[in-house]
Amino acid sequence: MTEQVTMQDQIKQTVTDNKVVLFMKGNANFPQCGFSGKAVQILTALDAEFVTVDVLSNDQVREGIKQYSNWPTIPQLYVGGEFVGGCDIMTEMYEAGELKDTLSAT
Amino acid sequence: MVTPEQLKTWIETGFDAAQVAVEGDGHHFEATIVATEFEGKSRIQRHQLVYAALGDKMKAEVHALSMKTLTPSEA
Repeated sequence: MTEQVTMQDQIKQTVTDNKVVLFMKGNANFPQCGFSGKAVQILTALDAEFVTVDVLSNDQVREGIKQYSNWPTIPQLYVGGEFVGGCDIMTEMYEAGELKDTLSAT
Repeated sequence: MVTPEQLKTWIETGFDAAQVAVEGDGHHFEATIVATEFEGKSRIQRHQLVYAALGDKMKAEVHALSMKTLTPSEA
C-alpha cells in the first residue's frame, strides 16, 4: 500500500516537473506499440519537446499510471501536469488544431 | 477471441440508447459510439464512460480499442 502511494507521488512529480510527458510502450525511437508510435509522431510533427516514460520497463509505473488518470490504456499524454488523453484524443485534437494550442499554452 | 459483436454488446450496457458500431479483427477494434450521455462532456470524460462500461474487460480481453465518441447532434 505504501509502495502504491509512493508510485502515485512519483508520477505526480514526473508530470509536474516536465511540461510534456508521454507515458508509452517503448521509447520515442523504438515504440513497442502502434498507438504509442502514433502519439510520438504527433508530438514530433508539432515540434513539441517532450519526455517519455517507458511503462514496459516498470510494471509499477504501468499499473500506477492507469490509476493516476483513471484511464486503462497506454499511451497517456500529460501537459503541465494535466492528463490530456490517449492516442485517439491526441489524434482528434491534432486534426482539429487544438493540440498545438494545448502544448503552447503552458 | 473477442468479436466486434461482443464488444458492441459490452459497450451498449453502459448506455441507455447508444448507437454503437464496432469493427475489428479480434485484437484491434475501432468503435464509433453515439450517445446522449456524452453531451456536455469532455473527450476524456466520454472515453472514461466507455471504459467504465467495459470495466475489467479492458485489462484482459480487449487490448487495442480506438474510439470515436459523439453526441447525436455531432453525428
